[in-house]
Amino acid sequence: MENRINKKFIQLKAENRGGFIPFIVAGDPNLETTEDLILELAEKGASVIELGVPFSDPVADGVTIQASAERALQNPISVKGILEIVASVRKKGCETPVILFSYFNPILQFGLENFAEKAKDAGVDGILVTDLVPEEAAEFRSILAENDLALIMLAAPTSSDERLAKICAHASGFVYAVSRAGVTGARNETSSDAENLVQRLRNHTNLPIALGFGISTSAQVTETWKYADAAVVGSAIVAEMMRLSPDIKEVPGDFVERIGEFAGNLLPKA
Amino acid sequence: MNNFQPDERGYWGEFGGRFVPETLMSPLEELTTAYFAVRDDRDFQAEFLHLLQDFSGRPTPLFHAKRLSETLGGAQIYLKREDLGHTGSHKINNAIGQILLARRMGKKRIIAETGAGQHGVATATVCALFGLECVVYMGTEDMRRQALNVFRMQLLGAEVRGVDSGAKTLKDAINEALRDWVTNVDSTYYLLGSALGPHPYPLMVRDFQSIIGREARQQILEKEGRLPEMLVACVGGGSNAIGLFHPFLNDESVRMIGVEAGGKGNNLGEHAARFNKAGGGKIGVLQGTKSWLLQDENGQIALTHSISAGLDYASVGPEHAFLQSIGRIEYALADDVEALAAFQTLSKTEGIIPALESSHAIAHVLKIAPEMSPAQTIIVNLSGRGDKDVNQVQEMLAGK
Repeated sequence: MENRINKKFIQLKAENRGGFIPFIVAGDPNLETTEDLILELAEKGASVIELGVPFSDPVADGVTIQASAERALQNPISVKGILEIVASVRKKGCETPVILFSYFNPILQFGLENFAEKAKDAGVDGILVTDLVPEEAAEFRSILAENDLALIMLAAPTSSDERLAKICAHASGFVYAVSRAGVTGARNETSSDAENLVQRLRNHTNLPIALGFGISTSAQVTETWKYADAAVVGSAIVAEMMRLSPDIKEVPGDFVERIGEFAGNLLPKA
Repeated sequence: MNNFQPDERGYWGEFGGRFVPETLMSPLEELTTAYFAVRDDRDFQAEFLHLLQDFSGRPTPLFHAKRLSETLGGAQIYLKREDLGHTGSHKINNAIGQILLARRMGKKRIIAETGAGQHGVATATVCALFGLECVVYMGTEDMRRQALNVFRMQLLGAEVRGVDSGAKTLKDAINEALRDWVTNVDSTYYLLGSALGPHPYPLMVRDFQSIIGREARQQILEKEGRLPEMLVACVGGGSNAIGLFHPFLNDESVRMIGVEAGGKGNNLGEHAARFNKAGGGKIGVLQGTKSWLLQDENGQIALTHSISAGLDYASVGPEHAFLQSIGRIEYALADDVEALAAFQTLSKTEGIIPALESSHAIAHVLKIAPEMSPAQTIIVNLSGRGDKDVNQVQEMLAGK
């Protein structure tokens, strides 16, 4: 398959490396800066970039990403606007896989088919919908598949083996393992549930497995790579963005560079 | 005869389902299994009925509001007196049912959300009854409006956690309760208070609240010897309304009207009328269920407004959405001013101070009863008493 996600994981495997997946919320502090951040994170070694679609009611998110979404929503923001910045980074030659991380309602209102077509045209590679479980995902999955877009499914430590089988049957691109029962947010240690979940998932899929929720240090990324194919870092980066630019109207001139440096430091040195 | 059950995925037509983070799916499956095990269990139902009677004081009366009926000069108005149940609203019915289930499931920690505080008080009450830890999430705007209920919950031993996000009302309290649940799934039972959220909550809450309609149906047959022409109830999430309506759904001659909060205007953000397309109502997904939803063109959930905290919510229970779609239930609006007038009218005419939520239902009756004949009857669900609202109403009438 030509999908950038598959190619990237094949490449990582060939190089015997783990993947690094930074997460940012689109529109925080503004969409132009988000575009620059995508380019910068790609430059600093991101394997895949996870772009959050801000939502008014983010029940799966902890305080950091909630606050970031609130900042983003201070300006009018649409799925269309987010797809436009992805199209723009593709025009600039960036080939790093980009997936959207969204709640279902903004996508549903944009229209599932409309979304799939426009996302493909823009150069998006996949989407993860945090409140779309396999039982509700069939229609959207087939629409995405027609457009060669991956549906990234989440698996949780509370998922039974029966559920993991269902999740993996719907998944494409990679499977996102949630490290612990809870909301997003930085932790200094990864839950012991995490490795167990990744091992259980291997019984059901050959897809790469990324681990997320609570990974916030380079040491945790290294630890994650021992058993998972990639590590997602979200809240730690988002918190640094809010620290560097507490006012979204006054973004420091070196903001993008400093976030790039921060993210680069999360990537363990070879 | 239609039994109006959802399918196994929790759908009524295209409404309902389960739109939650994967972490909550196993707990929801566990809850569904546990609920279906007790649904037809005699011991459980006997225990439920026993507490409804001896702890809560059921059956609640069906009261013929003669002076109000005469004043309006139309239909005979009957009030289903849920305000007389323990804790002062219908919320206790569901709280008793779910706490018995939580005990059977071995859960030690109970969480709940609350808008007006009535569900929070009911939950704190049943937790006190069984000695269980209780945490109630409540928007800080609602805490301000309903300070008396905050204190009642604290007196009952519950911890009230203020929620400062969004509009600081019911929707935000539900978000925070869901975040707590997803973090503490093993120990915690989420005692959701309305016919909302992911399957099986809309079904379970409706079942526990259907005692209202079963009693009312029997009572009106005893008093009038026939079924009423019309049922009226306010609709926030929709639990008191579905509780009254459900046992009458197969009685085709009975009209049913759900009354939403018209707030202070028809623009998005000024009301809580989810079925109002012109006001921004559209089908969508929020907090685990697919239903009608107040939202902007980008799918962001809109702020809502009502003088009544219990109706101030952006979505509506999925069974209501379904019954609206097939035309079985009609929906109407009462705005802030009309509800406030109805609050005073019922107080002066019948000596009953209604909750501001229930005042919306009364407001609609004031409009529609005069158009009906004195030989016809209306049952209106007086879902709660107004003591909690007296301070707020005093301020509003003083023009503050």
